Amino acid sequence: MTTPHAPPPTPAPDPARTTPGTLAHQLRAALAFVFRDYHLTRRYWSWVLVFTFYDMVSAASIMLIGVAAHNPRLTLTLLLGAVMWSFLGRLFGEIANSISYERWEGTIEYTFMAPVSRLTHLVGVSLFAGAYALLRGVLVFLFMGLFVDIGATLGQVVQCLVVFMVASLGFMGIGLMAAVLPVMSTENGAQATNIIQAVFLLISGVYYPVSVLPAWLQPVSAISPATYALDACRKILGVNGTGTTFQPGVGLGAVLPELGILLAFGAVTIPLGLYVFGKAETWAKRTGKLKRAG
Amino acid sequence: MTLTVPGAPSPDLSAPHRDLSAREIVLDIRGLVKGFRKKSGGTLLRPQFADSRAVDDVSFHVRRGEIYGVLGPNGSGKSTLIRAMSTLLIPDAGTVSIFGLDVVRDEAQVRRLLNRVSVDAAFYKKLSPRENLLYSAQLYGLDRHVAEQRALVTLRRLGLKDKDFYEPLEEMSRGMQQKVAIARAFLTSPIVVLLDEPTTGLDPRSRRDVQEFVLELRDLHDATIILTTHDMPEAERLCDRIAFISGGKFVAEGTAGELRALAGPGKSLEDAFIELTGEDLAKEETP
Repeated sequence: MTTPHAPPPTPAPDPARTTPGTLAHQLRAALAFVFRDYHLTRRYWSWVLVFTFYDMVSAASIMLIGVAAHNPRLTLTLLLGAVMWSFLGRLFGEIANSISYERWEGTIEYTFMAPVSRLTHLVGVSLFAGAYALLRGVLVFLFMGLFVDIGATLGQVVQCLVVFMVASLGFMGIGLMAAVLPVMSTENGAQATNIIQAVFLLISGVYYPVSVLPAWLQPVSAISPATYALDACRKILGVNGTGTTFQPGVGLGAVLPELGILLAFGAVTIPLGLYVFGKAETWAKRTGKLKRAG
Repeated sequence: MTLTVPGAPSPDLSAPHRDLSAREIVLDIRGLVKGFRKKSGGTLLRPQFADSRAVDDVSFHVRRGEIYGVLGPNGSGKSTLIRAMSTLLIPDAGTVSIFGLDVVRDEAQVRRLLNRVSVDAAFYKKLSPRENLLYSAQLYGLDRHVAEQRALVTLRRLGLKDKDFYEPLEEMSRGMQQKVAIARAFLTSPIVVLLDEPTTGLDPRSRRDVQEFVLELRDLHDATIILTTHDMPEAERLCDRIAFISGGKFVAEGTAGELRALAGPGKSLEDAFIELTGEDLAKEETP
């Protein structure tokens, strides 16, 4: 004879512990990811230094094409593209590769069995990734300032930062969808996320107007939040025309349509990303893929 | 080297008998089946797959405060069983429930009650024990500063020097890493702890330390522990009851004494295992 099941136990009262299911509990868990990623970045500082330096040098090299062409508008356009891609590309990469990192470290099972919702997981990873990507973008921007007179006011820079922030929502959702790939394939998933990132770089018109893309490819640019973020920033900086000179820049009020589209991207891609990720997680649990070695 | 006299009765290393029959059932597994599909050949367009059952119709229950051992060679299904209890696998058939909560349907509630130690101390190796433990504690809702104090007390008890608390884990021995892993699991005061071969690969001294610590924490936290191992003396020393698993099936279950008795007078637990399963625990894992 067996004793029947007892009801689930109530954990002993512990003032140092948040109650599961509460907002405070999820917030603390989100900050745990920030804590972890901050210390990982600190411990891997030499790699961070190398990649940041590479980002800065490659961005400056691209911008100098505009200097060589004696074209201040092109120079600022290239600078904008380099800084924005440094930010959005890094943000996307950090979120999309977060599962790959867990596999490499061998911690994926522990993270996925913790009492944390996938939304909290995404928020935590994105908070640090956003701050880290922003810091790298600022460093790239400052480094480029060593080479040229940037030709933008502080107000314009701040308004562009606002656009970056709004654009980051869409990239978080897309990054989450891309993070599914390393869940499904240990060997090829991480490489596939790099291909997706490269496609976004191509179709978004980071260094050129979308109109120079082949006609069959131009419609695809509409699915990238970066396309609208670049349009907005180019209008703010007054580099959305042609020729070599700047046009008068506009304020944030004039780019509300682009900001609205970017917000809509976030509103669609984040829930969609969570849904897709949830489906992939369930599939991985059925097939046994949710483990260190895949 | 250990010398044994043929026919001499094996020494009784069993854990002291504890009557837990009045305590509530914490873990209840019924008819659990989990299989995996692996590519076995074919072409890119027409791949061929082979299905295999890692866990095959396993049923058992574990009471509060009990240490339940699952003994079997590599590849026998122990880790799959642990992963199914950890909410990391969806069973093909059968149920796994913890305090009546189904691990699939009530996944979020179950996760609050569980923690785990795996055979490989799964850490962020560049991070220190402090950083790893505080990360984990915060995931489970524990205040970072309180967690730091508790973790330091636990790790000192395990023989870690204070400076080790701040050094990268990759610089520590495997035994030390495994002690940190156990400290991590118990830091969140879980009600059920899953120990998946926690002492495999450790030197005898570290193994003994880990075993002592597990017993201490069981009593301190009134935790229910599922221990998988292929170390017979460990199973005898720690476990209130033991199940033999072979080819994904449970072939026998009971106290160490009951299992030895199944093999006959004077037989060891290993003799009983070989007799009942037809397998040698030391066999290598099949790919």
